[in-house]
Amino acid sequence: MTTTFDQRVAEALADKNLKLAVERTAGTAEAKRTIAVDAFPDFESARTRAAAIKDHVVANLGHYLQQFEANATAAGAHVHWARTAQEACDIVVGLCKAANAKSVARSKSMLGEEIGLPHALAEAGIGRIETDLAEHIIQLSGERPSHIIWPAMHKTREQVSALFKTSHRNPHVEETIAAMAESARRHLREGMLAADVGISGANFLVADTGAVCTVTNEGNAELSLVPPRMHIVTAGIEKIVPSTGHAVHMLRMLSRSATGAPLSQYTTFYTGPKRAADRDGPEEMHIVLVDNGRTTMREEGLAEMLRCIRCGACMNHCVVFRQIGGHAYGGTYPGPMGAVLTPAFDGLKQSRDLPNACTLNGKCQEVCPVRIPLPTLLRGWREKSWREGLEPASLRSGLGTWAWFARRPRLYRAATAAALKSMRLMGRTGWLSKIPLAGGWTQYRDMPKPAAESFMAQYKKGRRS
Amino acid sequence: MTTPRVALFVTCLVDLIRPQIGFAAITALEAAGCEVIVPEAQTCCGQPALNSGDRKTAEDLARRAIAALEGYDHVVIPSGSCAATIRVHYPEILEHDATWGPRATALAAKTYEIMAYLDEVRGWKPEGVALPATATYHDSCSGLRELGIKRQPRRLLAAVDGLALKPLDGAETCCGFGGTFCVKYPAISNAIVAEKATAIDASGADLLLAGDLGCLMNMAGKLHREGSPVRAFHAIELIAGMGDGPAIGEEA
Ligand code: SF4
Repeated sequence: MTTTFDQRVAEALADKNLKLAVERTAGTAEAKRTIAVDAFPDFESARTRAAAIKDHVVANLGHYLQQFEANATAAGAHVHWARTAQEACDIVVGLCKAANAKSVARSKSMLGEEIGLPHALAEAGIGRIETDLAEHIIQLSGERPSHIIWPAMHKTREQVSALFKTSHRNPHVEETIAAMAESARRHLREGMLAADVGISGANFLVADTGAVCTVTNEGNAELSLVPPRMHIVTAGIEKIVPSTGHAVHMLRMLSRSATGAPLSQYTTFYTGPKRAADRDGPEEMHIVLVDNGRTTMREEGLAEMLRCIRCGACMNHCVVFRQIGGHAYGGTYPGPMGAVLTPAFDGLKQSRDLPNACTLNGKCQEVCPVRIPLPTLLRGWREKSWREGLEPASLRSGLGTWAWFARRPRLYRAATAAALKSMRLMGRTGWLSKIPLAGGWTQYRDMPKPAAESFMAQYKKGRRS
Repeated sequence: MTTPRVALFVTCLVDLIRPQIGFAAITALEAAGCEVIVPEAQTCCGQPALNSGDRKTAEDLARRAIAALEGYDHVVIPSGSCAATIRVHYPEILEHDATWGPRATALAAKTYEIMAYLDEVRGWKPEGVALPATATYHDSCSGLRELGIKRQPRRLLAAVDGLALKPLDGAETCCGFGGTFCVKYPAISNAIVAEKATAIDASGADLLLAGDLGCLMNMAGKLHREGSPVRAFHAIELIAGMGDGPAIGEEA
């Protein structure tokens, strides 16, 4: 990322299409989630249970991973372990090469984005087709996903239509969503059937059966994972749930929080490769379990973040995300969850803006299906940033001066009285439209003139009402 | 009922920008049968330091606030976010401190946002207060989500004669103030408050009310810059019968 956060924000705020597109999708998701949650009997205790399931797994990760490995292996899958993003990519690329793959069909996976898999495949000269409709749009336009559920949410349908017209062999003629989807379907199915390897992420890994669960609304996972000779799964180690019953509970939380739907259109549990009696299915199944900093997160105060089931509700409801969209965050994961995760993955130094650019209004925590205390975790990053001296000098000295006086009530009263006097001189009306040192405020809004005399001064003189 | 000795914590913004909110608080608390004391040693609750990551300063200011406020039956604050700092965050940040941790917890248990206090603890509502106007109410985030303040101000405002409350679209959506956020990321903050101002104008109300002066300054400042006629007050001013005076930003 070569641009700064401020530059990306300025660009995003100037982009009227972005605002329109984000508002359409996030606004709809917000409304639908509210309806779905209201219709759910006791959603609050379901959230508590979901959080408890994940906490239990995160606390006993080693146990469940071993159980998963044993059961997946027994079902005929190969399990690989990757400590870093690089290791994970090397394993996947190695498997593709061993299978002599010319092209892979990928079903959307944020973990794949996180570890840089599209880039690694390109470097290895392996053709790749993104089969999720939104990822397909992203691939055609050479961009990165801007949302974890709707990777192309930043684009309007008008922009997508134009993109398909220039990229598809037989593009749509009619300007309808149905015609556009049909055009994409024709294009994508060719690619899926021609692929040698299907690569997917996992929404859940089921420990007691060794199954890998994926959910989509397009059926593209099934179409891209069943026909090819090999299926490779890349999954974060925190995706484990103890049993199918637990997976079902999490699925109910996931789909309602993400899109407001009671369940996704397609939910599939893959257990091992094709068996002798099966007509279809891959001959080999590989599961790459990726750490990439997760163990460290657990040890360094971010264990609660490992509850995240990647539903996207926090970003859909975030006032900041709704204004700047996902790309401005500059990492793989945007919004509130991204503001917690990106410093862990990319380092705090280059992403200190993310946990700071938040009003701490708490809406994200209110909607998170697994009750992640996102504001507390964001504050934790701010504290670390302060301790490590990464916060700007102006803020440090400004707050320092304020705090110095705040510790000394008498001097505080004298200093604030003087400040009030000078501020009173600055405007003719009750409003100030320019204040030195507060340009950030008065660039966009007026500031009410402070009182002639503070409350404390008036109170001391005997005023009581 | 015995008369509780109530310490009023004035908040730095109320102290310096709009003292009237403090006097309205005293008026309402006294009407609700409290003895009100304003401890002199109070300054700032430390929220700006806490939210900026300056944990040491936040803890230090918390200890000072505890010492200044713990000797009373109740502590009442005309701000949801400062009340939440004491009620929710003081016990958290001083948890590791064997001496101050318990004192923080004890103070937290008797600290209230003013409208929650008047409504829930005192079971009080204004009597003989009238203001013929239409108002709309913004639910400030900390009060709403950390303290559950939603119906209390509405119940108190409903007792003001002639005041009609109009619904605000997105009343629970953050206004973009966020303490230092609004000066650290002014362009994002502006985009957020601009939408808020549009919704406030669309409500058709004459007055904008809320329970936090920070949010009110942000929204009122934007409304004024855009030439909107909507006037802003802290809800406690109306509740205390001071809604016929100058609004935020108007000269007395
Ligand atoms: S943090 Fe919570 S709301 Fe956000 S994506 Fe993760 S599970 Fe969903």
